[in-house]
Amino acid sequence: MREKILYAIGIVTGALLVRNLYVILLQLPDEAKQDAIWRIFCFHLPAAIVSFTGFFVALVFSLIYLAKRNLKWDALAASATEVSFALAIVTLVTGSIWARIIWGVWWAWDPRLTSYFICLLIYSGYLMLRRVIDEPTTRGRLSSVLSIFGFTNIVIVWKSIEWWATLHPGPVLSIRSGGGGRMNPAMESAAWWNVLAIGLLTVMFVAMRMRQEDTRRELDALRRLAHTI
Amino acid sequence: MHYLRAVATIALKDLRSEFRSKEAINASLSFAMVVLLLLSFAFDPSSEQAREFSGGLLWLVFAFAGTLILNRSFARELGNDCLDALLASPLPSWALYVGKCISNWLLLMALELACLPVFGIFYSIDWTVRFDGLLLVIGLATWALTVIGTMFSALTVNLRLRELMLPILVYPMMIPALLGAIQLTTDLLAGRPLSADNMLWLRLLVGFDVIYTALAVALVDTVLIG
Amino acid sequence: MSAVEVDRVWKYYGDYPALKDIDFKVADGDCVALLGRNGAGKTTLLRIIAGLSRPAKGEVRIAGRDLRELSTRRRVGILGHGIAVYDELSALENLKIFASLYGAADPSRTAMEWLERTGLDRVKDGLVREFSRGMRQRLAVARAFLHDPTVLLLDEPFTALDDRAIAVLQGLLKQARQAGRTIIMSTHQLREALELASHVVLINRGHLGFHGVRTQEMLDDPSWLYRNYGEA
Repeated sequence: MREKILYAIGIVTGALLVRNLYVILLQLPDEAKQDAIWRIFCFHLPAAIVSFTGFFVALVFSLIYLAKRNLKWDALAASATEVSFALAIVTLVTGSIWARIIWGVWWAWDPRLTSYFICLLIYSGYLMLRRVIDEPTTRGRLSSVLSIFGFTNIVIVWKSIEWWATLHPGPVLSIRSGGGGRMNPAMESAAWWNVLAIGLLTVMFVAMRMRQEDTRRELDALRRLAHTI
Repeated sequence: MHYLRAVATIALKDLRSEFRSKEAINASLSFAMVVLLLLSFAFDPSSEQAREFSGGLLWLVFAFAGTLILNRSFARELGNDCLDALLASPLPSWALYVGKCISNWLLLMALELACLPVFGIFYSIDWTVRFDGLLLVIGLATWALTVIGTMFSALTVNLRLRELMLPILVYPMMIPALLGAIQLTTDLLAGRPLSADNMLWLRLLVGFDVIYTALAVALVDTVLIG
Repeated sequence: MSAVEVDRVWKYYGDYPALKDIDFKVADGDCVALLGRNGAGKTTLLRIIAGLSRPAKGEVRIAGRDLRELSTRRRVGILGHGIAVYDELSALENLKIFASLYGAADPSRTAMEWLERTGLDRVKDGLVREFSRGMRQRLAVARAFLHDPTVLLLDEPFTALDDRAIAVLQGLLKQARQAGRTIIMSTHQLREALELASHVVLINRGHLGFHGVRTQEMLDDPSWLYRNYGEA
């Protein structure tokens, strides 16, 4: 049953992605100020939204794990974090490419970029922590606590970086004052369709990753059993 | 009353062991000196610019050297399985944590106050002009580092690669507090008083302290009892 | 009311059940030898009874009360693999810390009293780091006993000890037995343990294999228990 649902989601996602790519690459024209590079935005924004949502979902399931102590929830939290982490990297890389072309620099200490970078650092700590703990129950307990600390921190980081950036000179080549919010509606809808597609893709990856996590736990249990014989 | 006594017992125990062995305080102090020296090679320490970097410089030193102290905090309980004996005794986990925070905070404060004069000499900065404000900022920000560092010292205490994991986890968590501390310290060292302009950062520090102290006290039992 | 009640306790490491439905009661004044092969789950069970680990299912009660309550923990003393005293502190300082954590009215007096009972009063100000192995172990025994626990949990108490420490520990355990204290100890030294024990609990790969009174048969032939109730 689970298998079939997964396949169904896969087909829908695939179709949606093809449709979105067609619209973004072939149907819609270049943007007036940004030329062809605006298209990267259609991947940048969805990756950012979905990864942030994913980190939040991971927080919720970490809390549920601590309350229920069922490793299923820990596997879900870990899978969501891992996939969101990959999407956060996509966000940063696409943002960076866009910045190189529009701002003329690969990196600007823009509040959103900086916050996302810190976010990435925090969750890379989470993923590393999971690697160094062999015992699944301890791993679930400690990484859940870290997830709670991490997400709380991101909220604080977000606010404080915003304050910090307003006190610092902005990027020299910024055209942000002109952009943002005044997008062509057709282009904006293309981006939102991609949020849906990437969201579904994430759900699929998380489900697959969760399965792996279950298998890994099973293997660990068998290994422990083998040691007692 | 029992709790107060327990917290004090733990804090005093840690301070006493530390003064006997001096392992963490010596290491962190000499490390702080090394970092202070190395940073002076990174740019011209006597230039006007140094003043604008002063806050950041100082807090980098404090954060790097302080982690050496925080690292030891729960690790020192491992030697003879002391942690088990403490957790089995009628000592709630949060009291153990708070006791350790207090001793760590005092050690970090001592380290930082010892660094200040050296910093003043190396970078020809007069740190005494707004000393009361500076003391407040250092106290609050040090509590922030302590709360995070001690919590993660507990979290990593039974892990292999403990020494590697701690800095990876701790520094990103400390960023908001360090950011606030850096802004305020730079202002104060440049002679600007605490005022409406930088009140935002002071509020951030207080908020950070309150939020993470509460979170750590609530979660430390989950971390220590498997 | 039982001194210690282990009520259908399960413990998992991931998906692997380390303890499966362990259920037994220990009456006041019993001395239980907790037996089982390496990795059977003895230490895991003792850690749960000591409150150092949470069971996944079931619970442990001491004198009918929840284990994590502070008043309950005041009744329990543990002596594990490590000596659980601080190397950089003196013998007296170590005992004062634990006396104070256990709420002694006068920690210094309690500490001194126990230094005398374990023959360490002459070196009370010496740092533990400088102690011989045997002295450290006697100090560890003093630390475990100093709050006069009604329930004593000992994990492999005789393995690492030297002769004098064993004598001290055996003397204290006998006194504790006479005073009606409850003792649970896990051990490999079958003979020593069985001599002291009134009851036996055998754990086979996380299962409760046997729970009952220690009989003359066991004393005559310590392997009898494993032959009849050990794992297949």
